[in-house]
Formats: sequence, structure tokens, C-alpha cells
Amino acid sequence: MFDISPTEWTAILLSLRVASIATLVATPLGIAVAWLLARRDFWGKAVVDALVHLPLVLPPVVTGYLLLLTFGRRGLVGEWLADHLGIVFAFRWTGAALACGVMSFPLLVRPIRLSIEAVDRRLEQAASTLGAAPWRVFTSVTLPLALPGVLAGMVLGFAKAIGEFGATITFVSNIPGETQTISSAIYALISTPDGDAAALRLVIVSVVIAMGALIASEWFARRATRRLHGS
Amino acid sequence: MLRLDVSKQLGDFKLEAAFESEGRVTGLFGSSGAGKTSLINMIAGLLRPDRGSIAIDGEVLDDTANRVHIPAHRRRIGYVFQDFRLFPHLDVGENLDYGRRMNGLAEDSVRRKRVTDLLDIGDLLDRRPGKLSGGERQRVALGRALLAQPRLLLLDEPLGSLDEERKEEILPYLVRLRDEAGIPMVYVSHDAAELRQLATQIVMLKRGRVTVFGGVKVLSGAQ
Repeated sequence: MFDISPTEWTAILLSLRVASIATLVATPLGIAVAWLLARRDFWGKAVVDALVHLPLVLPPVVTGYLLLLTFGRRGLVGEWLADHLGIVFAFRWTGAALACGVMSFPLLVRPIRLSIEAVDRRLEQAASTLGAAPWRVFTSVTLPLALPGVLAGMVLGFAKAIGEFGATITFVSNIPGETQTISSAIYALISTPDGDAAALRLVIVSVVIAMGALIASEWFARRATRRLHGS
Repeated sequence: MLRLDVSKQLGDFKLEAAFESEGRVTGLFGSSGAGKTSLINMIAGLLRPDRGSIAIDGEVLDDTANRVHIPAHRRRIGYVFQDFRLFPHLDVGENLDYGRRMNGLAEDSVRRKRVTDLLDIGDLLDRRPGKLSGGERQRVALGRALLAQPRLLLLDEPLGSLDEERKEEILPYLVRLRDEAGIPMVYVSHDAAELRQLATQIVMLKRGRVTVFGGVKVLSGAQ
């Protein structure tokens, strides 16, 4: 029962790679967006806020189709990227990472934004009177104090990316070894005769990964809180 | 020398103040709501005047007519807040070092030793601000501001959030600071007794306007 087949391993490793890359690439962008939403007033802020949250409320298949239209081979951005930078998303694992990154972005941004909003602005003022330029105020005061939120956002984003299904399968299909993640492998297995045992194995693996992510986030959060309150 | 002539509308409140002070410690005296904190926030660069100018030793920091506004981090003006505002994620030593690092100043263990000795905080260096008493926090905040090597030190009710016993603990340090550190200070307080002990010149502020300016004797009769 617990002999995981090479195909299953491929799907597991691909899922981990896709979710890790998606989270690592999305995090700096997520921190920037969270900071803008938390600390700046600018024209069009409501639109940016809505765009960030859109993947959360749109049907995943719609997000996937929009990605196909934009980043597909003949898509507006996709064609340009393929011709000029040689970056192709359609039907590649990179496309799966893009889909996962977009889908998990709202979950990544939210805890970071809340934790930046919770940072005492009076500490930032104190830093500036001590000679810290705005960028250094951010890196030396705001970001370290918001770190628990950043880690929480990363874990939440990662967990979402691991489980993403709708947008991914719409955008990059379900190609074993290239775009077949755990979710799409389970989907393929349960529609195959005699696929039940393999599907169950992958279900157990995804439960273990999800639990691991939650435990890790709890551990990070505790460590960060201890660091802040200094004991 | 500090020269200031500013106005600022803050909701229904209008701050309109002008004075020029050569004093070693300029005491900014007034009841709460007189605009003392807003005024020193403008000196620090945390608040921008609607109109007017601020200059230290002839260097213009704010001049709305010529659209000059030097941001807080380039003013080299130290600020000791009533609520300490130590960085909770850094230990005392790192808090003290912060201004030096941000200003790109060379390490100076002699200066650091002098400041930690002056304030008796040498034993606290490895501790986190969360583990300090109120009096200790304010001494560390003083040290942190001093070690950024400011040309002017602003103190906003530095004893305001301490009980009587702690006030008595901190006052002698402030006197030592005045006599030994050689940095001009603006000291904000609503407590005339405190200013009599520390200030060399008094600016009295009432409802956003300077009503009296002069030596410490102008405080006679004030509570």
C-alpha cells in the first residue's frame, strides 16, 4: 500500500518545486504590495486591493483561462516573453508555478499587510530621527517587526499553492512529469479504474505536507514572538 | 542657535509660534494641548509647517517660501520621547548603536563608554527593552539619542510617564547631561519645577502661541 510509485514521486516532487518557487517569487512582491496597501495612500489603491483579492473570489477556472489568454503562447504577454526572453509558461511547470503564485497571492499578502499595519509607526518615527532613511526604516524596523506575519503569509501561500488545482489544470493542463502536481495526479487517478490505492497514497502525502506546513508556521511564529519580546 | 517662526493648522487648533533661542536648555513650557509636542515635531522634521521657517546655527531646515524641507533622517536632531520608543526586537546595545549605524559613523568605543557611564546603563547592554524598568528605558533612550551625535536634542516630557520615585532617579542624569554632553537641548514640560532645575531659557506656550520668552525667572508664579 505504501509503495509510492515513480510517477507518484514525480508528482509529489513537482508539487513541492512548483509551490516553493511560487512562494519564493511571490514573497518579495507580496511584501511590496502589502507595504503599499498598509502604509501608502495613492490614486487607484482600491483597484490594486481588488486586483490582489480577485483570485480569491473568481472561479479558479476563470483565473486559469485568463492566464492562458495573457501568458499563453499567443497571449499578449506570453508571446512577447517567449520571443524576447525565451520564457514560456504555457504547458510547462513554470506555468504551474505562475498559476499557483497568482492563486495564493491574496493569502500571502493578507497576513503581511496586517502585521505591517500593526507595527507601531512611532517606532518608525524614532528610527528616522536617529538618521534612518525611509528604506532603512523599513528594513531595520518595519520588516523585522512584521516578520511573524511574513512567515505566516508564506506558509499560508505555500499551502494554497500545493493544493491549487483549478487554475493550474486550465492553464497548463495535466501532463505527467511536466505539469502534473499532486492534485491533478489525484484527479487523474480517481477517474482511472484501479487508481484508488494510488490516489489514497497521494491524499495521505498531501495531508502530511499540509500538517507539516502548519506545524512549521506555528514554530516560526513562536520563535519570532520570542525574539521580539526577548526572553 | 535655534530660530523658528512657523504656523500650522491642526484640525481646529492653530499653532503660530516664533522664537529665537541661544540657551543651552530651552524649556518649552505650557499646559497639555498648548502645542508643545507639535512644535518640537516640526523641529524634528516629523511634522511639516504650513508656513514659516526653522533654522539651526544658520542652517535652514524648513522654509516654506523657498520650498525647503529637510527630512527628519537628515537633520541630525536627537529626539527623546515621553514613551521611550526603544526598538523591541533589538537589545540595549543594538538600540544604542542604531543611530551610529544609520548615520554611517565609525565605531567609537570611548564615546560609547562615556555615554553608558554617564547614564549608568553599561550593565544593561545584553537585555531587551521589554525587560527594563521605566527609568532604565528612558536612560537607554537618552543614550540612544546621544550616540547618534545630534547637534540638538529634543526631549518631550521625558519624565512624563514615570512615577515620582523614577523622576527623582532620572533628574540627576538630565542635569549631568546638560552640564557634560555639550549638546543644546529643547526640553518640553508642563512642570515648572522640573524646568526650574534644568532650563536656562523659557518659551511659554499657550493655545498655540508664544506668550512669554525669557530667563527661568519668568516661571515664578507658574505651577
